Amino acid sequence: MTATLTLLRYIPLFPLLGAAVNIFFGARLGRKSAGFLACAAVALSFLVSLQVFLLLSPTGVFRDTVFTWIDSEPFKASLSFQADPLTVVMLLVITGIGFLIHVYSLGYMAHDEGMIRYFAYLNLFVFFMSLLVLADNLLVLFVGWEGVGLCSYLLIGFWYRDHTNTIAGNKAFIVNRIGDFGFILGLLLLFWEMSRHGVPSLNFSDLRQAAHLLRPEIVALVTLLFFTGATGKSAQIPLYVWLPDAMQGPTPVSALIHAATMVTAGVYMTARLNFLFTLAPETLAVVAAIGALTAIFAATIAVAQNDIKRVLAYSTVSQLGYMFLAVGVGAFSAAVFHLFTHAFFKACLFLGSGSVIHALDGEQDMRKMGGLRRHLPVTYWTYLIAALAISGAPLTAGFFSKDRILWEVYASRSIALWGMAWLTAGLTAFYMFRQFFMVFHGPSRVPEPSRSHIHESPRVMTAPLIVLALGSIFAGWLATPEFMWGGVWDHWLQPVFGGPKAAEHHALSEELFLMALTVGLGALGALVAYFLYGRDSKIAERIAAGALYRWLGNKYYVDELYDRLFVQPFTAWSNWLARRFDPGFIDGIVNGVAASVRARSLSWRRLQSGNVQHYLFAFLAGTLLIFAYFLRW
Amino acid sequence: MVPLPYYLALSAVLFVIGVAGVVIRRNIIVILMSIELMLNAVNLTFIAFARFLGSMDGQVIVFFVMTVAAAEAVVGLAIIISVFRHRQTLDPQDMQFLRW
Repeated sequence: MTATLTLLRYIPLFPLLGAAVNIFFGARLGRKSAGFLACAAVALSFLVSLQVFLLLSPTGVFRDTVFTWIDSEPFKASLSFQADPLTVVMLLVITGIGFLIHVYSLGYMAHDEGMIRYFAYLNLFVFFMSLLVLADNLLVLFVGWEGVGLCSYLLIGFWYRDHTNTIAGNKAFIVNRIGDFGFILGLLLLFWEMSRHGVPSLNFSDLRQAAHLLRPEIVALVTLLFFTGATGKSAQIPLYVWLPDAMQGPTPVSALIHAATMVTAGVYMTARLNFLFTLAPETLAVVAAIGALTAIFAATIAVAQNDIKRVLAYSTVSQLGYMFLAVGVGAFSAAVFHLFTHAFFKACLFLGSGSVIHALDGEQDMRKMGGLRRHLPVTYWTYLIAALAISGAPLTAGFFSKDRILWEVYASRSIALWGMAWLTAGLTAFYMFRQFFMVFHGPSRVPEPSRSHIHESPRVMTAPLIVLALGSIFAGWLATPEFMWGGVWDHWLQPVFGGPKAAEHHALSEELFLMALTVGLGALGALVAYFLYGRDSKIAERIAAGALYRWLGNKYYVDELYDRLFVQPFTAWSNWLARRFDPGFIDGIVNGVAASVRARSLSWRRLQSGNVQHYLFAFLAGTLLIFAYFLRW
Repeated sequence: MVPLPYYLALSAVLFVIGVAGVVIRRNIIVILMSIELMLNAVNLTFIAFARFLGSMDGQVIVFFVMTVAAAEAVVGLAIIISVFRHRQTLDPQDMQFLRW
């Protein structure tokens, strides 16, 4: 059931207008109105998304064609939007969480001189992201895909006066470009093959109907290339390295990138193309393996980080690994569900850490925190809830979504993957509570000058925290296991992903047992964290001095490895090109051509003696030659 | 009556002598005279053909040629005088003005 609904175009339009107005007239509006304008733009988008959600029936699809973009027979692409259940879920996350982050930013960025620019970028980010999820063809999706890359670059390097921030922005952009290259190749290959089968289109609906025409190896290649793009956007091995560095941006930006926009793009894209991915079991195996590896790999790194935001960054990488693991076993619905719940508690965690950083005048090192519980009560409680949620404490959002994924993985009979995911769950609980105890409990390690003016954040910042904390609990209740009260989630997404896959024939006792295993491991992780970091303990310090800890703390030296393997050879090669090849070879060719022409002309110049008799002689000789030529014939 | 090829042969010989004079001689006056010789060789051809074909066209052309030759001689002599005044010489080897 497809219907036209011109309402759709307003969802990206409002943030775009907000960004444009702030860019061109922001200075005249003043900082405060600029901020409010940006918030209002996203709020309007959220309201429209809500309206679309209310209008949409689960089996329905809304379409809205704004204009024809490319009309080159037989290929036709238009800027058109579609809203199906998956799109609506994403829209509500983007605009809803995005709105809360906007509001929070009003407080967080209140004293920043770049506030207007900041809000313009933030709006632009929401615009591109909504464009991405609303796209009804791969081309428009790609515009949004590149747009969020641009915005991440702008926002990560937001405080551009500091060189390291600019470097981090560049890193995010370049690493993403590597992934995007794969995406483009996939796009072109898909289009090429589809054209050969008489379907020159990139529309999702057309692709879906024609997907069965493709040969299996082509589908595998296309999906692998698309997944390469996803590893860049959603920070999976091997392209995850940009995300932890993205911490250089303002904290609400981190929340926006990690919860509502950028990193969800890759998961969304694979979910949107689920009809292709399910046709390629090899790709799915790769996706699952990469997801599980990323999950546990990033979790082990997070264990040894001391920067409050860096822990969260690796946590995001790890949780995204979960989502791809779910995609890899074909449980798209579970993947999107985890994306949905993760958005709440990760946004809450980031905004909470932002509140802590705000209170400590920009301090991000957890070793210089501790005992903040008394000073920041709201932050403390919301943080606790979000930490419980991400650790998978029973009845929180993270519990349901994570459990769902674990169950689906288990049901797909890949015990190794399940084991990795299960261990990750324990690690997650450990590092989250390690952070929690380091920041909020124990003796205060805050240096003296800033200790005196620790203060709870203003209400404009705490209110979003409370909303997100509530979401961290209740968002999961949309899809509880069958034996509890079930949920509306799978029914809602069924038109996009098809019926439930795993979890059909299973023993209740088995599911309960697995659940208990996970919860138990999580509780163990939290307990260990408490004993190591919650109390005054010397063990933590001794561990921190160990080699393993240093290895983890240095992120397995992957950045250094990449530096040696790619960056240094590349710069050396570029240097050689610039210093040797260009002046020697290229300039040699150019100057050589010029020099040889000059030398030749100098010798020909001698012909011009200026003597009339010589010219006449040449003239005569020429005439005779021409005569001879004609007479010969 | 003398046949046409004789005239043409004589004309060719005169023409070649003229060309040789223009290209080889070092005396600018002689060069001018050689040009005249070439023109007259051509005139001879015109007349011979006019007679042979019984047409007046060739004879008319000859008058034009003679007119132009007279004008050319005037201009040429003027140039020679002018050059001599500037250079104090009339050796064509020294007259390389066409070179920058």
